[in-house]
Amino acid sequence: MTPDAVITAPPGFGADVEAEIVLSRDSFSIRYDMDRETGVISRKGHALEGRSLAGKIVYFPAVQGGVAAGWAFLALVGRGVAPAGVLFGRTNPVMIQGLVLAGIPVMHRVRPDPFSVLQTGDRVRMSPARGIVERLAPR
Amino acid sequence: MKLTDREQRIRGGEAGEPARVAIEQQIAVGDFFGAEAFVPVTNVHMMGDMEVMGDAGFAFIETLVAQGGRFVVPVTTNARCVDFERAASVRQDPALVARERALVAHLRALGALQVDTCINYQTVYQPHFGEHLAWGDTGTVIWANSVTGARTNYEAGPAAVAAGLTGVTPAYGYHLDDQRAGGPRFEVRCALSDYADWGALGGIVGRRTLDYWTVPVLTGMPATPTGDDLKHFGAALASYGSCAMYHMVGVTPEARTDADAFRAREPATSHVVDDAALAAFYRTYPENRPEIDVVVFSGPQLSVLELRRVVELLRGRRAHGNTALIVTTDFANREVARHLGYVKAIEDAGGQVLSGACWYIMEPAKMAAAFGWANVLTNSAKVANIIGGYRLHPILRRTDICIEAAVTGRLPAEGRLA
Repeated sequence: MTPDAVITAPPGFGADVEAEIVLSRDSFSIRYDMDRETGVISRKGHALEGRSLAGKIVYFPAVQGGVAAGWAFLALVGRGVAPAGVLFGRTNPVMIQGLVLAGIPVMHRVRPDPFSVLQTGDRVRMSPARGIVERLAPR
Repeated sequence: MKLTDREQRIRGGEAGEPARVAIEQQIAVGDFFGAEAFVPVTNVHMMGDMEVMGDAGFAFIETLVAQGGRFVVPVTTNARCVDFERAASVRQDPALVARERALVAHLRALGALQVDTCINYQTVYQPHFGEHLAWGDTGTVIWANSVTGARTNYEAGPAAVAAGLTGVTPAYGYHLDDQRAGGPRFEVRCALSDYADWGALGGIVGRRTLDYWTVPVLTGMPATPTGDDLKHFGAALASYGSCAMYHMVGVTPEARTDADAFRAREPATSHVVDDAALAAFYRTYPENRPEIDVVVFSGPQLSVLELRRVVELLRGRRAHGNTALIVTTDFANREVARHLGYVKAIEDAGGQVLSGACWYIMEPAKMAAAFGWANVLTNSAKVANIIGGYRLHPILRRTDICIEAAVTGRLPAEGRLA
């Protein structure tokens, strides 16, 4: 099966990782939106409400909120409920500081809009050093 | 990134393992955002408490201490999730309190000044124009960049710890001139008469901006804001919009004129905030029922002048038996407020004046469950924004309405929107 590079981005942080992708139309704040004990999106009305991000590569178009993200990703890793990788449209420093501390791969300014080329549940490989995301299996 | 000789020696381990680990993380973040170099910082403000760190963050700090880590610039601590002297009276988990005590001991061992405040700019350290900092807590960052013209990005807990250990931070974002140019214009045409109004204005601008890298510009300010007005405005703008800086023409130092604020460019977009917009914002926080379970003044911690306002509005009356009244401030202001009789006045009213903590990080969902609270009335737009995520019902109203509700146990007619 020839992998299929569907998303590009500037070089990001972290090692290559393969997982299922979860796409969100809503922005992300780890304090406001997530139950940090379980890694489940808990905010009422969030596009991913009730969904666990554990072990997934997750895409958010934007981020919200404050410095809690700095520690919170490491805490998710400690509890075994962290995402495997994160893709952002626009992000902010605290997300990146927190993901670097936790060792979770991350890229931002992804193109094109992941909704136009992927569906939640697709298996993908993200390669931050090369700035690409590949789809691993046909739909 | 281009490293100086000193930074290369830190990377080579000459300054010890904690500083080496720190600078590697800083290089990864700097590379991610395209920083070309580091910039020295004079002051670090860090957020570190167990509510957000978890066991893994605790272990990270513990390791730094075991390896002999030591901060090389002044590092102050942000408001935390526990008021050690009053934890029992707000029914906080003793295990969390014990863990927090152990964490504080570690942070002190690293050399942190344990001031536990989110208003360090009012009570601990006042940076000057152009000074480079590494501050955490978004409210402190937006104040430093906007009100004083100092320069800092959001530096989350681990990033602030790293800056404390190395004395430098990657020069990207708000350390650079280009990032500080104004983007969208917001013409202010609404009357602003209370801290809650200023917070609501911050919420309105924040909801429309929603981007760390965008600097909103406010024009046509109807009155000279006080420091506390700007505190509520900035804290809300950061909370709702993830913003790290704003310009307020005629008020903030990089915005003496429109041309100053926009760096002679055209505004990216233009908006008007009028009385209808302000009223609409309050309507996003309708009451679920008239009875109020708890009234909270917090987020950010209160200044001495805000504490005075609470006391003046209470006019010696007691809070209603079914309504809790919680105020948070820092150690310094609590001592001044004690001296001025404000602490006694609030306690005589049945309220609590917590210090060193901020209510929204004190595990409010657990506190609410312990006391049977379902709704929360506050004059802080930031608190209202955050606790929605904790499945409590937030109600944002002006300070006088909050106090009347505390005294009568019910929202007064002028505070009812539903």
